[in-house]
Amino acid sequence: MSVSDETTRLATASTPDGASDAPAGLERELEDAFEATVAGEGRVEPRDWMPEGYRKTLIRQIAQHAHSEIIGMQPEGNWILRAPSLRRKAILLAKVQDEAGHGLYLYSATETLGVDRAELTEKLIDSKQKYSSIFNYPTLTFADIGVIGWLVDGAAICNQVPLCRSSYGPYARAMVRICKEESFHQRQGFELLMTLMAGTEAQREMVQDAVDRWWWPSLMMFGPADGDSPNTRQSMAWRIKRHTNDELRQRFVDMTVPQAAALGVTLPDPELRWNDERQAHDFGDIDWTEFTAVVKGAGPCNAQRLAHRRAAHEGGQWVRDAASAYAAKQARREAGEQVA
Amino acid sequence: MNAVDTEDNVYDALAAADHDGRWAHGAGFDETVVEVTAPAPEGVDVGDLATYCLMLADDALVASHRLSEWATHAPELEEEVALANIALDLLGQARVLLSRAGHLGAAARFRTPTTATQLADEDVLAYFRDDRFFRNVTLAETDLGDFGRTTAWMLVYSSWRLALMTRLRGSADPVLAAVAAKAVPELSYQREYAAGWLLRLGDGTELSHARAQAGLEDVWPFVEELFLTHPVEARLVAAGVAVDPAALRADVDSDLAQVLPAATLTRPERPAVGLVGGRGGRDGVHTEALGRVLAVMQSLARAHPDATW
Amino acid sequence: MSMSDDTTAHVEGDPATDLGTGTPQATWPLYEVFVRGKRGLNHVHVGSLHAPDDRMALHNARNLYTRRNEGVSIWVVRADAITASSPEEKDPFFAPSGDKVYRHPTFYSIPDDVPHL
Ligand SMILES: [Fe+2]
Ligand SMILES: [Fe+2]
Repeated sequence: MSVSDETTRLATASTPDGASDAPAGLERELEDAFEATVAGEGRVEPRDWMPEGYRKTLIRQIAQHAHSEIIGMQPEGNWILRAPSLRRKAILLAKVQDEAGHGLYLYSATETLGVDRAELTEKLIDSKQKYSSIFNYPTLTFADIGVIGWLVDGAAICNQVPLCRSSYGPYARAMVRICKEESFHQRQGFELLMTLMAGTEAQREMVQDAVDRWWWPSLMMFGPADGDSPNTRQSMAWRIKRHTNDELRQRFVDMTVPQAAALGVTLPDPELRWNDERQAHDFGDIDWTEFTAVVKGAGPCNAQRLAHRRAAHEGGQWVRDAASAYAAKQARREAGEQVA
Repeated sequence: MNAVDTEDNVYDALAAADHDGRWAHGAGFDETVVEVTAPAPEGVDVGDLATYCLMLADDALVASHRLSEWATHAPELEEEVALANIALDLLGQARVLLSRAGHLGAAARFRTPTTATQLADEDVLAYFRDDRFFRNVTLAETDLGDFGRTTAWMLVYSSWRLALMTRLRGSADPVLAAVAAKAVPELSYQREYAAGWLLRLGDGTELSHARAQAGLEDVWPFVEELFLTHPVEARLVAAGVAVDPAALRADVDSDLAQVLPAATLTRPERPAVGLVGGRGGRDGVHTEALGRVLAVMQSLARAHPDATW
Repeated sequence: MSMSDDTTAHVEGDPATDLGTGTPQATWPLYEVFVRGKRGLNHVHVGSLHAPDDRMALHNARNLYTRRNEGVSIWVVRADAITASSPEEKDPFFAPSGDKVYRHPTFYSIPDDVPHL
């Protein structure tokens, strides 16, 4: 944190219900200091004053990201037991474990904003908070594991690398760590696909089939078109979003096209072509009806993913309770010893 | 790529060949070549040594599979990470031991005209061997049930394997000694994890106590087999290569004697599962569970015998 | 300002204050994690986690934040045991509500020269 940032740190004036105790003049002063910090690329830290909207938007954004990491374990976890070589099994197990770690880092960042993980988990399994729509698609073959690494982790990297410069310190720091691991994920996915493409005819068909199924959902990962993303402007002003959805999507397409060529797969979009004028690829229209349906819960796996998460969470309650009860007993025993 | 902002370009990382120790055992892109090619020690029967490697490998491979079944089902996210760590450790042990067994000739008979010639020995042995050729103790293949049973299972399993590996560090076979040296800290961690949880479940709530005790009861019939000495083991013990499982009972008993009372759990008094004509897991005669485990584990590899992944 | 002022926010998560009821708590308490990446460096705050007690917190921290890298040193401390300084003298005026909202005082900036954080 820079010195100038340090001087603008102010105590918080917000309360949990969003009301402010501060008199209007002071509120103005706090807000100006906050705006100056953010505009100057400074970092906002947990105990700094921040506008309630900023805090709420951040909680929603980071929680949604955390939920995505945790729900995202399921489609890949689907193949751990059947991974067709021991090396692939080790990689996949490690990757799914990484995603649990990412979820934990991100929940940890949300907790600096005054919510706790249990609360967020409840919101997830009650469908009150969202996660990335991509994880509502099924993993039907092992090639899906490679394609998820390549396209889904690839899209996540595009989305997340700019967030390493997010204005909120704990989020930015979590993203640095996560992005480093995501690049491994993408690398293993691409390597798996290269192996399959150099393999048997059946393996090559498997890859193309997986690409056909995952390409469009990957493009949807960047969210609605800019015109339909009303909150983008505010989030960008707050530096918790660094590029618009369409900018990131374009960047992803431009990165991916040559990689697809290197692999020898066809991206399922007849309109995809280089536009010399724009110095970027043109691509076809996204099926926003499908996107909306999946976001609203009507994707192929929404119900299954949530039921799975709920079963794990609720099924683990007795274990968590046992550990808490044991800790309480231990604390009592230690207190007893001190008295005696 | 012109459209790519270089500042944000993490694709550099994709091209970089840096090796990150964070990545799981043997899962990296620059495989650490484990020295499995050392010759068998003088005077040791190579077939026996290969079989012994399979025994220790299968104990780990099958147990790792069972633990992997917890992925995305763990009682808390922190436990997702811990259970995956343990499964990865065991998978790592299995891979080296299978490769060693393969190097000593154990894989050849499982290669068929349809299996890809480039298929690694470890994969031939893991994916193209039927259950009758698996040499693991049956404890490794049992259903792990709920977290209570898993914890009880893990305490017994890790306590036993730790005692075994601790002694195996002195093996006359340099590969086994090296595998054991690496496995000891991993298994100590696993035993600590299991003991810590069994303590919390046993002395936690009424419900968790009941589930931990029930889990222990379920696991108990498989304990006796851990201490039976197979003829292959007996011959290799004489050659200074193997550990006599009969010698491990005292260590396991002492661990249980420490943990169970502290966890307010009772040492079960249940008879051992019967063997089939005197033969058990070490002879390739398993419970029905192993066939089901392998049906899942091997399904994709066997659907594409000519492929490598 | 001491985080111990904030008892209302913590009473549910604190085993020591949950003895009489016999009912289990909703969640495990929050721990802050500090890691010394290698000899010669200070311990640095890396994040937080939940654990039922100190021992498990250490265990989980090792899994999560150090990938079980032997030789690194880890501190864990209950988040509610941390007393954080106030950035401004205006603080007393805001203290009561401030603590309630930000009951997780991640008040440790990370120096730029610490790798991978
Ligand atoms: Fe991730
Ligand atoms: Fe990932």
